[in-house]
This record gives sequence, structure tokens and C-alpha cells, in this order.
Amino acid sequence: MEATIERENAEKRMDDIMGRLLRTGVILAAVFVLAGGVVHVARHPQPVTDYRVFHGEPEELRTVPGIIHEALALHGRGLIQFGLLILIATPIARVAFSVVAFLHQRDWTYVVVTLIVLSLLFYSLLGAHT
Amino acid sequence: MNTLEFTAVIGLGGLVAGFLGALTGLGGGVVIVPLLAVVFGVDIHYAIGAALVSVIATSSGAAAAYVREGYSNVRVGMFLEIATTVGALVGAALILHLRVSIISIIFGVVLLCSAYASLTEHTHSGANDGRDPIATWLKMDSTYPTANGMESYHVRGVPQGFVLMFVAGVLSGLLGIGSGAVKVLAMDRAMKLPFKVSTTTSNFMIGVTAAAGAGVYLRRGYIDPGLAMPVMLGVLAGSLIGARVLAVAKVKVLRLVFSGVIAVLAAEMIYNGLK
Repeated sequence: MEATIERENAEKRMDDIMGRLLRTGVILAAVFVLAGGVVHVARHPQPVTDYRVFHGEPEELRTVPGIIHEALALHGRGLIQFGLLILIATPIARVAFSVVAFLHQRDWTYVVVTLIVLSLLFYSLLGAHT
Repeated sequence: MNTLEFTAVIGLGGLVAGFLGALTGLGGGVVIVPLLAVVFGVDIHYAIGAALVSVIATSSGAAAAYVREGYSNVRVGMFLEIATTVGALVGAALILHLRVSIISIIFGVVLLCSAYASLTEHTHSGANDGRDPIATWLKMDSTYPTANGMESYHVRGVPQGFVLMFVAGVLSGLLGIGSGAVKVLAMDRAMKLPFKVSTTTSNFMIGVTAAAGAGVYLRRGYIDPGLAMPVMLGVLAGSLIGARVLAVAKVKVLRLVFSGVIAVLAAEMIYNGLK
């Protein structure tokens, strides 16, 4: 019985931290997207992209190092893309946190489960997709 | 249209989509894609790129609240995320092999089915008392808060749920949507989770599924900052307002009207694909 209560307490704490993590990620992402948006609109009064025809983003707005570089240069589009990168990273951070939490609970089955999900997410963001 | 006007118009469109998505329970992503594609003539690749990003924002925002209330089943969610993330990667790969017209038709059909499903009254499939060997091995049985305190429940149908979740993932990666409807179907019908647990766990999973698709979209250049910025901010704000309205107002008639509007958009997408 005591073990069950302990497990429930551990899970409650885990839920709390997860909730805070998700909220912080979304707010941070929105702040960067908004700031980048202001810069973008101010610097480019005339539209830069015709959205009716697809031609894809330039290399520097498609890779993690490229986006970080563009954001550090304070380019509007780079800042927006950096905010979106934080947004994509938020669920990934949540899964990474779960790996640690399950390790702490010595729940090996779920350590493996979460590691599989985490590697799929890393493959998505860092793998070569052509 | 200059950049400021374009941003304002798309932002407003996102706001409306997020609001409708929250009120109908369909999610903002599934409403913004036809709005961008049909009303603004945006290429479907840019449309689904911007939509999937806004899906992560709304689901993570909502999940932050739900996860603390203790409804969502983290183990069920994590296990099924293997199926949804693999599905999302498969769906995103499929985009390269399908013509835009085919994607448009699939989108319209999925949207019509989801709108119909959201309107039908939910009838609970009945309690599930027995233990299931797979669910027990995966420690999925849990408890959730009810009016009479914490109540325990059993989980079953793990293989069926897993297959349905794979389908949900494929649709998410192919169409840039959260596919919450299929996720709830898998957990509510196949795995017999309590309805509140199904909806909150589905929400919890949507962000991870969408992140898997969005990573590929970003690398392929589907996510354009100039378009995704107003879409993401608009949908996020709209869904927050929608959730507030939903909490205080009776919205049965509104939902019916909005689902009608969404059905028209869906029909338009199918028509454009067939043309």
C-alpha cells in the first residue's frame, strides 16, 4: 500500500513538472514568434513570398544550426523560425523528461518505450529528409 | 496586399480557425488548412506546415492544464506515441509520392468524417471490469478523479488501439492536423478508457505526434515564417478564447452552425481536388 502511495506521489510530481514545462515552452515560443513577427513586418513592407506556388524555404531556415544563426543575427524570419523550433522542441523535452522520470521510478519497460519515441523525434528533426 | 495587411488578415483567419476548432472540438489545425487553401489560395504544403505548428501550440497549451488535473494516462499515452510518431513519419514521407489533388481529397474526406463524428452524441461503451494481460504487463490500469473521488479503471484492446494510433499518426503527418478524433476513437472505443481520460490523453499525445511531423516539414521547407507566424499566434489565441467560451456558454446551436461551415469547406477541398 505504501509503495502505491509513493508511486502516486511521484507521478503527481511528474505531472506538475510536465505541465509547467509545456506551458513555459509555448509561452517562450510565442514571445519569439511575436518579436520576430514585428521585425519581419517592419523590415519587409512588401511581401517576400508568393504562397500560391510552393518553392520551399532557403537552407538557412530549414536546419537547426541555420535557424540559430539567423536568430542570433536578429533577422525577423530567423527569430520566428527559432520560436517555432522552441515549439517543436517542447513536446520533445517532455518526452526526454519522461525518460528521466521513468529511470527514477526504475520502470525499465517505460524507459525503453520513451527512448524509442525520443529517438524517432530526433530522427525527424535531425535526419536527412529529401 | 502589403506584409502588414497580409499578416493581419491571416492572423484573423487563424483566430477564427482556433475559435471554431475549440468550439467544435475538431482542433484549430483541421480548420486552418482549408481556410488557407480554399479562401486564400495558399499552396497546400505551406498550409499544412503552418497548421501543424499551430497544432503543437494549442495541444501543448491545453495539455499543460489537463496533465495537472490527473486525468491523462501517461503510460498509455507514451506507449501509443510509438505508433503515432512512426505513423507521422510515414505520413510525411507519403506527401512526396501523392499529388496535391489527392492530398486535398483525402483532407476533405477526413474533415467531413471528423465534423460528423463531433456532432454525434457520445454514448459510453460500458464499463470494462476484466484485466487484460497486455495492459497489465504494460502497467496501464490506473485511476482518475470523479465526483465520487478517485475511481480505478482497466485498459484493454492494446493491439487494436496501437493500429488505430498508427493511422492517426499517418493522417497527422500527411495532412498537418492533430487527428484527435481518431485518437479518441482508439482509446475510447478500442481500449475502453473512460471518456475524459481518452480526450485528455489524446491531447497530451497530439503535441508529440505533431512534433514528429513538424520536424520533417521544417527540414523540407514547408514551414514558412511569414505565414506560420500569424497562423500560430492567431490559432493559439483563438483556441484559448474558444475554451473560455465553451466553459461558460451553451454552444449546441453554434456548434451545429460551425460544423455546417466546416462541412462546406471540406466539400470545397474535395471539389478542388477532383477538378
